[in-house]
Amino acid sequence: MRPLLMKGHERPLTFLRFNRDGDLLFSCAKDHHPTVWYADNGERIGTYNGHNGAVWCCDVTRDSSTLVTGSADATVKLWDVASGRCLYTFDMKVPVKSTEFSVGENLLLITTDPFMGAPSQIHVKRRAKNVEDQEDDTLLTIKGPQGRINRAVWGPLNKTIISAGEDGVVRMWDAETGELLEQREAHEKAISSLALSPDGSHFITASADKSAKLFDTRSLEVLKTYQAEARVNAAAISPLLDHVVLGGGQEAQNVTTTSSRAGKFEAKFFHKIFEEELGGVKGHFGPINALAFCPDGRGFASGGEDGYVRMHHFDPQYFTMKA
Amino acid sequence: MADVMAPPTPPHEVAAKDDITLDIDWSQVNLDEIQLPPGDDLGIHSDEEEDDEPDLETESGFGNIIVVDNLPEVPPEKYEKLVGVIRKIFARTGTIRENGLWMPVDEETKQSKGYAFIEYNTPQEADVTKEQTDEYKLDKNHVFKVTKFDDFDKYSKVPDQYVAPEKKPYQTKEDLLWWLQDERARDQFVIRYAAETEVYWNDARLGKPDLVYHRPVWTESFVQWSPLGSYIATVHRPGAAIWGGESWGRLARFAHPQVRLLDFSPGEKYLVTYSSQEPANPRDTQKVTLSIWDIRSGKKLREIAGNANDFAVGGAAGVAGIQWPIFHWAGGKEDKYFARLGKNAISVYDTKDMGLLDKKSVKAEGVASFSWSPLEPLLALYTPETQSGNNPARVSLVAIPSRVELRQKNLFSVSECKMYWHPAGEYLAVKVDRYTKTKKSTYPGFELFRIKERDIPIEVLEIENKNEKVVAFAWEPKGHRFALIHGEGPRPDVSFYSMKSKTGQDKLTLLTTLKAKQANALYWSPQGKFIVLAGLKAINGQLEFFNVDELETMATGEHYMATDVDWDPTGRFVATSVTAVQPMENGFQVWSFQGKLLYRVTRDRFFQFLWRPRPASLLDASTEAEILKNLKDLSKKYLEEDEAAEQGQNKELLEKRRQLMDEFKARQEHWHKFYEEERELRRSLRDGDESDDEEDYEYEEVEVEEVIAVTEEIVG
Repeated sequence: MRPLLMKGHERPLTFLRFNRDGDLLFSCAKDHHPTVWYADNGERIGTYNGHNGAVWCCDVTRDSSTLVTGSADATVKLWDVASGRCLYTFDMKVPVKSTEFSVGENLLLITTDPFMGAPSQIHVKRRAKNVEDQEDDTLLTIKGPQGRINRAVWGPLNKTIISAGEDGVVRMWDAETGELLEQREAHEKAISSLALSPDGSHFITASADKSAKLFDTRSLEVLKTYQAEARVNAAAISPLLDHVVLGGGQEAQNVTTTSSRAGKFEAKFFHKIFEEELGGVKGHFGPINALAFCPDGRGFASGGEDGYVRMHHFDPQYFTMKA
Repeated sequence: MADVMAPPTPPHEVAAKDDITLDIDWSQVNLDEIQLPPGDDLGIHSDEEEDDEPDLETESGFGNIIVVDNLPEVPPEKYEKLVGVIRKIFARTGTIRENGLWMPVDEETKQSKGYAFIEYNTPQEADVTKEQTDEYKLDKNHVFKVTKFDDFDKYSKVPDQYVAPEKKPYQTKEDLLWWLQDERARDQFVIRYAAETEVYWNDARLGKPDLVYHRPVWTESFVQWSPLGSYIATVHRPGAAIWGGESWGRLARFAHPQVRLLDFSPGEKYLVTYSSQEPANPRDTQKVTLSIWDIRSGKKLREIAGNANDFAVGGAAGVAGIQWPIFHWAGGKEDKYFARLGKNAISVYDTKDMGLLDKKSVKAEGVASFSWSPLEPLLALYTPETQSGNNPARVSLVAIPSRVELRQKNLFSVSECKMYWHPAGEYLAVKVDRYTKTKKSTYPGFELFRIKERDIPIEVLEIENKNEKVVAFAWEPKGHRFALIHGEGPRPDVSFYSMKSKTGQDKLTLLTTLKAKQANALYWSPQGKFIVLAGLKAINGQLEFFNVDELETMATGEHYMATDVDWDPTGRFVATSVTAVQPMENGFQVWSFQGKLLYRVTRDRFFQFLWRPRPASLLDASTEAEILKNLKDLSKKYLEEDEAAEQGQNKELLEKRRQLMDEFKARQEHWHKFYEEERELRRSLRDGDESDDEEDYEYEEVEVEEVIAVTEEIVG
């Protein structure tokens, strides 16, 4: 399996997202410029220029027409995917950590960092189908816990919001009322990312406590635990096989003090059901910060602290190997 | 509360809620077994720490006073003279306080009463004095009887009438060697990580450790097996404890507050515990207390206390700090003697009365280090050159208890000596670092003593290249060979020598030299023949498994960042571990002796890996040879067992996987149902965009007309 090395970012990667068709890969990095690539050959199509801070996350509509990005410059921007034009800017006043379209893409979920003594917050905004009608008002604001929320996603049918953050707790909120429905103290250390399965029935969390866990989206029940050897920064669920992939490595600040082999900068595959390690994909020379599976499950992309995106298309053996 | 505490009443008050009924038969509960979470006493006040903690100061405040009896009874005119004599004798072992010497006088006869009180500055001085001047012969008729003042109370309480001690009913003790009877002859090991202590079977067949016993917060700093594996010792604030038997019950406690280190005698008869007390005043020296215990009875046999400086090694060369163990036990299983390094002497103690052997130390002017033969009471002493260089450095062998010097060797321009005993006591290798002519650097060499031969002949091994350093040296246990890592650069050579020539004569023979190896430590199998060349720490855990009989490498491996290598006592397995001195990769790996990785376990904050030692084999050499000869036939049975077990295990694993798979499948069905139910709702959320699935693409042809340019042309 020869990966495509996609060099375009000048700072560590933060987030990766495929569009629904799997032909485009959107990448976010700390260098202010979200980038879109052809997933097939790794060619860079273009960048979305306008942010003035690290871009933490993005989401794209099902028809691949509109991109939303959230940035530490305290704005959320809507972009025209094809032209790279900024369509609308929400001024959030506080650095934004995560944003996501709802099912149907009429709502937008935004989380903001704790700032000036205020706790982290989850915001729900309406997204107009027609950009000219877009308004700035917020439908719902949930005051989150102290400590950053690193990722929030929509539950089934937009009825719930699931958030995870620095306190290691996974919380489920009512998306209508903002009421806290359920919480799990799942991890001993900060949860750095959370990724849903394709059908939204379960999700995986990645934590600095060197483990990743699989949850039931409706009950927040912990189903599986995957034990890694270093902190886990990102995790993703395969849409095709019963596999999950974990990425991470020792903290970036320690990288220079130890040999590169000590870092564990591998994307590690686990069997989703047996919790057994299947293998690893090496390559990055810094911790892995972001992971995403192709929607067809025939490849995956990883983004590292080293500023590279590596696009892997699986060999045929991957699909025939015995679990 | 009343119904909870139905008789027999427990010894502690338990804070239980009234509405909870605990159905506990208190007669069945062994209170010693109850473990509380660390730092939490659940409202139960522990009795353990209180009664175990004797005052650090003396009980009555008179601890620094001694009473000397059997003095001459003298008239007043001789009184002052006698006081002068006594003062002279007793000032040798400590400072007598001002007005600290009082010899009572009979009012009627004006004669002195024949006893005196002496007050020292410290109780330690009083202790030392008692030890050294008791039975001091002033003259034929006056042999001093020295008693500590505090002891009077104790002795006066002794009843005049002898009462026979009550005979305790015989209690069957647990079999301490139960683990040797494991059907599959597995070995045990203990690991300590975070706050946990766990004992496992090494189950190579299953390819994983098999838990035997787990106990959180078993010890406060470390655990230690006894040399024959019967006990495991733990360390606590009030003292040390030993545990054993199949139930891992506590066998004895040794009350020694703030105990820091401990050491077993090789025959497991005695235990030495050590504590040191930081001085309250920086000008004072550190106080050190050593206790020697009888393991089976749990009784303290002797306590030795003093200033840290008295126990620091280095002799005349200066204080080099305390090196554990302070006491070195003589070889063999008898535990007859133990010794420690003193100033210009080796103090050898006899375990019969725990006192100095023949009441005096073995004189050795300027001695810097010593070691016992692992086999017999034979001391090897090293005395460095005196500063002027007039007296050469010396290595001498002294037999105990006769104190006869069996052999000695003078060595010139020596910088340092290090002694390596052959594990069976057959040879002694002394590594000698000598100065070069310029005195700017040193070069190594070896003096090899054949202990078992008549007159103990010595052979010399010189290393040809004078710039080379010796990185490691190791004798082959149960054999005549040794291995040596020597070299200049980062890739040294490894050489193997034999003390016997090919024809079996006593002649030092080079077997082979392996060039440019990544190794800095040597680990022989306890059975000999195999050796692990390990590159630890800076070399990142390179391992090479080498067969010395065939002189070939069997396998190489790597345990990244490994800090420790340990052979199991049978020589079948090797454990490599990364302990918490490294920030990452903590855990251990177990290898077969051929260098095949069997399994690995990762544990954060990993502190200790210790194989449980085994007592020596009961088979004699000929029986062992017989077994080796018929190994093929004998091992058949075990190979078959292994195979059967492996198949069974595979089956088990498959079964477990199937079960997991079924459970997950059921859950997926459940999810799918939800998903189907919500299909319509989802569609409506998406404004009628129905597809959830990839296949249902809608193809829409869109014609886009774009005006590229408009040009106006005026036609004619």
